[in-house]
Amino acid sequence: MALKTSEESGSPAAIARKHGSRIVAIWFILSLIIDLVVWFVWGPHMPPGDMTTTAAGQQFDFKVLTVMSVPVLLMVWVYGAYVIINFRDRGDHADGYYVKGNRKSQGLWYAATAVLVLFLAGFGTYELVVPAGAGVGEGPSPIWKPASTAHMLQVQVIAQQWRFTYRWPQFGGMETTSLVLPVNTEIQFNVTSLDVIHDFWAYQLGVKADANPEDNNVAYTKTQQTGRFVVRCDELCGIWHGAMYNYGNVVSQNAFYQWATNMEAQNASLTKLLPKYSTVYVPNDNVAGGQYFNG
Amino acid sequence: MSKGARAGLVMVAFAAAIGIILFGVFGYLRSSPPVVSAVPSATQPNTVNVTMQVDGAVGVGPHPTWVGYWIQGANGQYKQTTLLKVPVNTYVHVKLYEYDSGGPLRNPYWGKEIGTAGNVIVVNGQPVSLVNSYAGNGVAHNFDVPGLGVNVALPGVNGNAKNFCNVGPCNPSEAHNLIQFTFYSGKTVHNYRWQCFIPCGLGYLTGNGGPMQSLGYMAGFVQVVK
Ligand SMILES: [Cu+2]
Ligand SMILES: [Cu+2]
Repeated sequence: MALKTSEESGSPAAIARKHGSRIVAIWFILSLIIDLVVWFVWGPHMPPGDMTTTAAGQQFDFKVLTVMSVPVLLMVWVYGAYVIINFRDRGDHADGYYVKGNRKSQGLWYAATAVLVLFLAGFGTYELVVPAGAGVGEGPSPIWKPASTAHMLQVQVIAQQWRFTYRWPQFGGMETTSLVLPVNTEIQFNVTSLDVIHDFWAYQLGVKADANPEDNNVAYTKTQQTGRFVVRCDELCGIWHGAMYNYGNVVSQNAFYQWATNMEAQNASLTKLLPKYSTVYVPNDNVAGGQYFNG
Repeated sequence: MSKGARAGLVMVAFAAAIGIILFGVFGYLRSSPPVVSAVPSATQPNTVNVTMQVDGAVGVGPHPTWVGYWIQGANGQYKQTTLLKVPVNTYVHVKLYEYDSGGPLRNPYWGKEIGTAGNVIVVNGQPVSLVNSYAGNGVAHNFDVPGLGVNVALPGVNGNAKNFCNVGPCNPSEAHNLIQFTFYSGKTVHNYRWQCFIPCGLGYLTGNGGPMQSLGYMAGFVQVVK
């Protein structure tokens, strides 16, 4: 590889500076263009969407991470491409310019990458808990709560091999297989399990919380758009784990209220058979039917 | 024997042993209970009939003590399986002989009869829409097909009955509930999984192992075909 090509003149250092500033210019312009495309064109389509505040928060994180990593990737690619194009052996078989360490560029590289990594560590840690726990299960006594909890909808998520059901303490403690949520509403999920460990992952809601038996795992979110979302179990839980999913809907507040009150009336006789609502749902095996599953 | 012949013999024996082991492993992995097709109704259009029984112990196969289903084929013969084939866009009329005792559901919600015609089942001639598994003989098992929106809670029989069927295949002279219901097979060709909600895997952690997780016992497929 010959740094000094036939048309070039001047000291090796001057030639190196010329190439260096060209590389930096190409890198800067490309990074700017691609970052703008990432933020404004691709960004709004990044998972998990923006159906809720927590989903939007996660989308924002992905946008920031991608915008930050594009210049790093491009520096490597642009430099590589520039070298391949410009410093090829053009037949003179001359040895290349002997490059020794360059304090300035090394220092700059260390400083820039250190700042980037430390910033992302701080940013990531902050974003893990904002807003209101970022849609992640916070255990039975959450630390990061929504600012206003006055009009919060309570939904208990009951995982069981191999289906989810939902309980609604504000609607007579009824239980349903479908998950319907009102838009523009603060929601508290109380996630629990009746047997092994499952995981409630409402993908488009940006909510994910482990379902542990005899434990209440609280996660918050606020709906901000109507639409369909999928709920998946994300903890290997037996033969039908892969089939343990269902779809839910965020609907208008009116439609939700109608659905909920209809359900409450329809399920009244069934609700009477359910244990009294509690954030910890412990199966009762000490009843007339017998102690079937302790054998 | 020469050194070469001995080495050859050892290699042949080794290859044969590996072959036999692989044959056994794949035979086990590929083994599956038989598929039984529902029988078209002689009188009703778009309707098929299925007769099944649930036994507290199936009595045959590698796990004779496990709880499981038998399904009757076109020739009237019962096969020990949970693979049921039905046509698409069809009403499936099920006649089920339930021979097992019952217990409480971990979640009493699943005592509700869902997705059958009229959201009821007929138990010994009486319509039932909800079974309280905390009372009486409890729920023996569920025939729950989430993809078709079907949940049938099967009421149990008295485990202390004199003519209780301890080992399958059982017959109608023994204590049973005759349960009938109809469900719709839907418009989509698909293998719909089916499961139980009563932790009936006795001897397994919270009753959810063994038969609860095995095809041919409490886990199965409704194969909806063209
Ligand atoms: Cu699960
Ligand atoms: Cu069962």
